[in-house]
Amino acid sequence: MLEWVLPAILTIITASTPLVFAAVGEVLVEKSGVLNLGIEGMMVVGAIAAFAVGVTFESATLAIISGAVAGAFLAFIFGLLTLNLLANQVATGLALTIFGLGLSSLIGHSYVGKTFPGLPKLEITLLTDIPFLGPIIFGQDILVYLSILSVFGVSWFLYRTRWGLIVRAIGENHDAAYSIGYSVKFVRMIVILIGGALAGLGGSYLSLAYTPFWVENMTAGRGWIALALVVFASWKPGRALLGAYLFGGITIIQMHAQGFDVQIPAQVMSSLPYLATIFVLVLISRDSSRTLLNAPACLGKNFQPSS
Amino acid sequence: MQVTRTRLKLENITKHYPGIIANDSVNMSVLPGEIHALLGENGAGKSTLVKFIYGVHGADSGRMFWEDKEIQISNPSEARKTGIGMVFQHFSLFDALTVEENIAIGISQELATGGLSDKIIQVSNQYGLPLDPSRYVYTLSVGERQRIEVVRCLLQNPRLLIMDEPTSVLTPQEVEELFKTLRRLSDEGISILYISHKLQEIKDLCHKATIMRNGKVVSECNPDDETTRSMAEMMMGKDFISPERRENKSFGSTKLSLRNINRVSHHQHGVDLANIDLDIKTGEVVGIAGIAGNGQTELLEVLSGEVPVGDEGIILLGDREVTNLNTNDRRKVGMAFVPEERLGHGAVPNMSLWENTVLSAAYSMDLVIRGFVSKVSSIAFCKHVIKKFNVHTPGPNTFASALSGGNLQKFIFGREILQNPKVLIVLQPTWGVDAGSAARIRQSLIDLTENEAAVLVISQDLEELLEISDRIAVIHEGKLSPAYPVNEITIEEIGLLMGGVKKSEFSIRGTDEN
Amino acid sequence: MKIRFEPRQSESRTVVFLSPLVAVLFTGLFSMLIFAILGVDPITAVYTFFIGPVTSIAGWAELFVKATPLVLIGIGLSFGFRSNIWNIGAEGQLTIGALTGGGLALLFYNVDSVFLLPAMIIAGIFGGAIWAAIPAFLRVRFNTNEILTSLMLVYVAQLILSYLIQGPMRAPDGYNFPESRLFHDAALLPTLISETRLHAGWIAALFFAVIAWILWSRHIIGFQVKVAGDAPLAARFSGVREKNVTWLVLLISGGAAGLAGMIEVSGPIGQIVPIISPGYGFTAIIVAFLGRLHPIGIIFSGMLMALTYLGGDAAQIEMKLPNAVTGVFQGMLLFFLLATDFFVRYRIRFGALRETPDKESSKKGVVG
Repeated sequence: MLEWVLPAILTIITASTPLVFAAVGEVLVEKSGVLNLGIEGMMVVGAIAAFAVGVTFESATLAIISGAVAGAFLAFIFGLLTLNLLANQVATGLALTIFGLGLSSLIGHSYVGKTFPGLPKLEITLLTDIPFLGPIIFGQDILVYLSILSVFGVSWFLYRTRWGLIVRAIGENHDAAYSIGYSVKFVRMIVILIGGALAGLGGSYLSLAYTPFWVENMTAGRGWIALALVVFASWKPGRALLGAYLFGGITIIQMHAQGFDVQIPAQVMSSLPYLATIFVLVLISRDSSRTLLNAPACLGKNFQPSS
Repeated sequence: MQVTRTRLKLENITKHYPGIIANDSVNMSVLPGEIHALLGENGAGKSTLVKFIYGVHGADSGRMFWEDKEIQISNPSEARKTGIGMVFQHFSLFDALTVEENIAIGISQELATGGLSDKIIQVSNQYGLPLDPSRYVYTLSVGERQRIEVVRCLLQNPRLLIMDEPTSVLTPQEVEELFKTLRRLSDEGISILYISHKLQEIKDLCHKATIMRNGKVVSECNPDDETTRSMAEMMMGKDFISPERRENKSFGSTKLSLRNINRVSHHQHGVDLANIDLDIKTGEVVGIAGIAGNGQTELLEVLSGEVPVGDEGIILLGDREVTNLNTNDRRKVGMAFVPEERLGHGAVPNMSLWENTVLSAAYSMDLVIRGFVSKVSSIAFCKHVIKKFNVHTPGPNTFASALSGGNLQKFIFGREILQNPKVLIVLQPTWGVDAGSAARIRQSLIDLTENEAAVLVISQDLEELLEISDRIAVIHEGKLSPAYPVNEITIEEIGLLMGGVKKSEFSIRGTDEN
Repeated sequence: MKIRFEPRQSESRTVVFLSPLVAVLFTGLFSMLIFAILGVDPITAVYTFFIGPVTSIAGWAELFVKATPLVLIGIGLSFGFRSNIWNIGAEGQLTIGALTGGGLALLFYNVDSVFLLPAMIIAGIFGGAIWAAIPAFLRVRFNTNEILTSLMLVYVAQLILSYLIQGPMRAPDGYNFPESRLFHDAALLPTLISETRLHAGWIAALFFAVIAWILWSRHIIGFQVKVAGDAPLAARFSGVREKNVTWLVLLISGGAAGLAGMIEVSGPIGQIVPIISPGYGFTAIIVAFLGRLHPIGIIFSGMLMALTYLGGDAAQIEMKLPNAVTGVFQGMLLFFLLATDFFVRYRIRFGALRETPDKESSKKGVVG
């Protein structure tokens, strides 16, 4: 029994990490009142940027940085359009996804078929050798640790720092925050960039570690699932982590089930993560008073200083 | 050079907005410890001026002096450092944050760290403004919310406190409490710039008044030397109009009856309606007073049919039950409604005025025939409304958002009244409307009752209700008091009802105070 | 000189129609830049991409073939976008419409009847509408966000297609290729111009545009949908139930996408294959916005977007460029459009403020 539990847990971590990055980044962004639907686009561009740089320069560090920068770059376009030109956030997010998918395939065209050696694991002698827990806790690569760190980082920032309080306040009532004297645009832009960088990291993990080669549209809807996770998590970073791991678990179960030659069509199993997303969304949004209480009141509304 | 050191002095402040001169060479000065009224109608430029002082926006030209030194304030946090605090009319508060967080965010970082909640409790006790730092704002009453703003300012030891229309949301008793606090602050040498259009308050509280009209300072006076009427004339620049009322009105049969209306609110932090009963007779204007957020919006939604009536509730129009009719069916049997929000509820901002007539008059005025909108009939009706109600606009093709508040409200009232309703239900009829339009609107309500109609006015403006209502009821936390004839109830009693005290408890309180 | 942005008193109609043209212009300029980066001559590339495909009758016919699903879906989506209901799962609704419509063709494979095609049309519309009814129901009943549910259902629909094409719908004598049998003539849409692939679907798209135009310009339904999108409270005030609008616009957009799917399999493809659409359902979102959510505008923007598909193919064949360029152009176009839309509500002012009120704002009348 144990001999397959360990690999299963390890693969669950692998499958969950991209979701953790993307979801926790979006929690931060949405807390400031901005709905960025373009996670899918930022992730996929992060994935190709990291992969291209990683393969070209044979450096994992450079690859990871490029992934984050690429995600932030797309987020910057989003920020410019929605904050400065007051474009509709939903439409701009969709544009970001369409653009990101196109751009990544264009760049990725010449990288099809190449492989990246994967990210180095931490591997601390003795500690990693501890049976069962050792490989789980001490045998991961840098991005896995970074993803966990980002959850605690965002959580600490939002609830323990003054700037976090300002971000939450802006998401709650941007007019009031403005009248007190905070720059709504500036704060939101910073937060959007961080969210983009995190989504880019999530994408990087896909192309550097999850499947260390480039496939067109390799995010396969993970950006959208991350959006659903934010709702599931009631905009709390810790619960986003939990949700990401639950979904990672579902993904792995369906992959294993397919391997076990279960008498269910493979397509039914493959559709599980998507159906689960819908199911979870229904479950959460059913109780509208709870959603209302947790959702930032200004979510999706553009800010325009009134005269 | 003046002998007296001024706390704040403005010289020739001018500020333009597209098409409007909001402030035109404004000069004024505030002395230490002075409670200085800034008086003017809606749109006179008061808010623009104080937002400039507080650094929310700049001015196009002009100079500002703080304690005789010229200064420039480019943002609110600079203003706070200088010693200027401001309590906004629309509170700058965050519902989902605690009192302490709300205060922390509005003050400097140094002040916010280290025992902030103790400081809050200390200041709030010192000035009679009780507050619990750990409560969430959405659980607080409007009066408590205002205290947060005041405490937030006081924590920074301001030497000038700006208060923008602070009493519009308070009960008369809460107003008295606030005035005590303000007088104490004034005694301590803090200057207060008090923005209002309520004349009696200014007479009661202020040492000096600067009166603005159309962006200019038209007069400075000592409120003690003036009557409310003389100040009103300065404020409006014309003779004060008050609606004509028919004396000794006789009422007909009961036109609208509400029985046992219960309704769980679906608004975030909304108020549930509980057992509401009310009768209105033909020819009668009934007013419902109450502080904002006590169920007024919910009541209008139930009456208009936008939200279904609760389980046991019954609404009768004359003898006819309309409980289960939808909004348009209620209109067909003679009901009409004016919601509080003009842009976005009573009218669609980005649609022309003629399209906006279709909004409520589609079926009662036959503007829609077999599913198709008749542009010809709609424009004709729209022109009729514009003419009859003296709406200033280039014509039926103008967007609703291009109209001023008063004009749009006249348009909406015209649209409803010209459908000849048997019952008209209005919420906040003259909120944010200039005095001229407000008087016209009030007159049109009174006129309507002479045409066999019944009118229900839900308003926070007590003076308005006393002026036009035959009977007044008070709504508090979703419960409605009985309706009392206006000449049998005093402002103080209405105030107690607004604060949630039952009428049977009045006498006990009265003896306590004596 | 100081540049400032000033809000307009009402939306500028001129800019509303001008901004798509400006967006197209900017996209053209930027695409030349991208071509240069990719190491090809920008002028040749732009010619190959945007002009080359429409230099023959067959080229124009192909343009209309590609524009047909885009216009159908784009108009359908415009109902949703006007009322702030975001159906972004048209791709899935298209897939299901292709399966229900095409499934009927396979089911009655041996029936040669004039009623087959109309029945397929109805089945296609019905299939798409059913698939869109799921997010509609979840939104109305459980308040679930329709953006995410409709999108998740795209993946589910594609997996259903994948299952059916590898199993029940696979051609019995097709050497295990994942393809259905070729439809019989009775199940194929008639061609409009011989020797080309242009089929009667384009007529359906134009017909739908006319109906939509009537609804928008004169009918109370169009009025109510617009009000629901502009001011939800005002919609309730005028007696419109938000739930009904949600149902209406999702069923219309789903039905239109389903019809587009049926038309694809019954027109240019002629059978059910593993990939029915190159992302028409997503591109139609851009088509709807670029066409200003207006039926006539959508016809033109649909044709333009169809051109980017043809151009992508041409660039791939003639210049060995990846046809992913198409996606980049489409995304850029939407970016530029959203950016230029700013000027519908704002005007640029140079230098200091003017003293006198200008013409437009003087409409505002009395101060206050």
